[in-house]
Amino acid sequence: MKTRTGPIVEVRNIYKSYRRGTQTVPVLEDITFDIQEGEFLALMGPSGSGKSTLLNLIAGIDKADSGTITVGGIEITSLSETELAGWRATNVGFIFQFYNLIPVLTAFENVELPLLLTGLSRSGRREHVDLALKAVSLSDRADHYPSQLSGGQQQRVAIARAIITDPTILVADEPTGDLDRHSAEEILDLMERLVHELGKTVIMVTHDPRAAGKAHIIKHLEKGVLNSDVHSEDTL
Amino acid sequence: MAIPVSYSFRNLWTRRLTTILTASGMALVVFVFASVMMLAEGLRKTLVETGSYDNVIVIRKGSQSEMQSGVDRASASIVETAPEIAIGADGRPFLAKELVVIINLLKRGSDKPSNITIRGIGEYSLALRPQVKLVEGRMPKSGASEIIAGESVAKRFRGAGIGETIRFAMRDWTVVGIFDAGRTGYSSEIWGDVDQLMQAFRRPAYSSVLFKLRDSSEFQKVKDWIEHDPRLTLEAKRETRYYADQSEMMAKFLRILGITLTIIFSLGAVIGAMITMYAAVATRTAEIGTLRALGFQRRNILAAFLIESMLLGLSGGLMGLFFASFMQLITISTVNWQTFSELAFSFTLTRGIIVNSLLFSLIMGFVGGVLPAVRASRMNIVDALRTS
Repeated sequence: MKTRTGPIVEVRNIYKSYRRGTQTVPVLEDITFDIQEGEFLALMGPSGSGKSTLLNLIAGIDKADSGTITVGGIEITSLSETELAGWRATNVGFIFQFYNLIPVLTAFENVELPLLLTGLSRSGRREHVDLALKAVSLSDRADHYPSQLSGGQQQRVAIARAIITDPTILVADEPTGDLDRHSAEEILDLMERLVHELGKTVIMVTHDPRAAGKAHIIKHLEKGVLNSDVHSEDTL
Repeated sequence: MAIPVSYSFRNLWTRRLTTILTASGMALVVFVFASVMMLAEGLRKTLVETGSYDNVIVIRKGSQSEMQSGVDRASASIVETAPEIAIGADGRPFLAKELVVIINLLKRGSDKPSNITIRGIGEYSLALRPQVKLVEGRMPKSGASEIIAGESVAKRFRGAGIGETIRFAMRDWTVVGIFDAGRTGYSSEIWGDVDQLMQAFRRPAYSSVLFKLRDSSEFQKVKDWIEHDPRLTLEAKRETRYYADQSEMMAKFLRILGITLTIIFSLGAVIGAMITMYAAVATRTAEIGTLRALGFQRRNILAAFLIESMLLGLSGGLMGLFFASFMQLITISTVNWQTFSELAFSFTLTRGIIVNSLLFSLIMGFVGGVLPAVRASRMNIVDALRTS
């Protein structure tokens, strides 16, 4: 566990727009907010409100037009593309709507993937992967390929992959969007446990009010502008 | 650390049908490439193995082959006196004065005549060529119209079998023995007593003088002497060099033909690989986005797709080589354009050909894969992830 004071994510005056032909479409306008360590934050809003874009910026896979984002004390908006890739490898855990597992790799190998970017030995990697798979209760499925797993199981493998490098933040884009209610519930419980038991910081984009209900704080985006915070208890 | 090779390999395995079809195109090219190289090598080997390193062949200065050469009896006797020549068991120089004549013979089962080399041999001719062994019958008696035939000649030419007779130089010659000369050029020859043949063909001079060196390192010395003695207009070559020179023209022609053909064919195979790899990149866009998001660099993606494409090329190469290796079972008989005589040789697979073929297939894979791999590595992460 990292010990530090102040917010783990600082977003300051972020502007982002897309070019559509000759037109420039603004997506995010002057976004400023903080996320505290160990916080579970949900970003909500209608389609096209810019919530996924904001998540991508915090995760370091997209570049803002202006403004700064600092994660864990590192200003990621000033990093080069190569530095950013290196930073993501150890600081960000991704959870996607469609799991995004590599179909030709087994559950074990999928979880091991981010560790290949670290200097860890083969046996060290095996130890970590075993632990992560155990944490998502899938130790018995290590040798299965994604196609041999249910949607819920695949998302659990994806979560194991996201936490394997003990990243600074976990970003989840509609993590329950492709799951049935029961599996969605399981995944949300698992994410809640990551926050409560392991002290992870989670930033989640969702349409689903039930998913957002698990978060500590819900932020609403509307046409690229952030509305005031809502504590999850108020939405329920 | 890079994306593991197993990722590239398993992706190829997952789309087996496409992989096999694309690799087959490359296999065809490698097959043609390897086969032509094997042909050139077979020819070279047959001719080069015909000679021994310690043997020196003396021919008339400026003549390309024994057939064009003439060494008169006096010159041959002068050569015989060289002290560098090894001494045979009977105390005489380990040397053979030989005659080479080309005649026409009919092939078995056809009326088509083909050229065949007749070699007039001396006492030491057989001993000078350890790769030649009498396998059936006996050696010709001196003074008799008797000949022995190489196995390949005995099999393929009318009247060349043991006990049969062939008519040439206005005489009937009885085949009294069959010799095995392995894959060397001698297996396409007929041998008889040199004095008998010179008489029959009314030749006043030998074609060549062949001798074994007392000490292999003395070659230069004896060569200088033969080539500078004012009484002689002869040149001396190591026997291996002599036969290598003989094969040069045809082997070079085959190699140029082979390389030209394969370069043209390989364009098609490379385009095939490129289409396959572009399709692979297109279907795996989300995967590429995921790998990039996880922290893999552009160069890792580039390498993974290049490795995949090169593995594709390699599998084509292995497939092509596998089929080409069966070509070794085939023996080809053709005219040696330098001596205008019949020459039988096989496709020969060497380590060099294997390495070159595989290298060639890897290059085809690389060239076919480079553009799709660059496209994969340049994808925008967010756009790539959106395709899922």
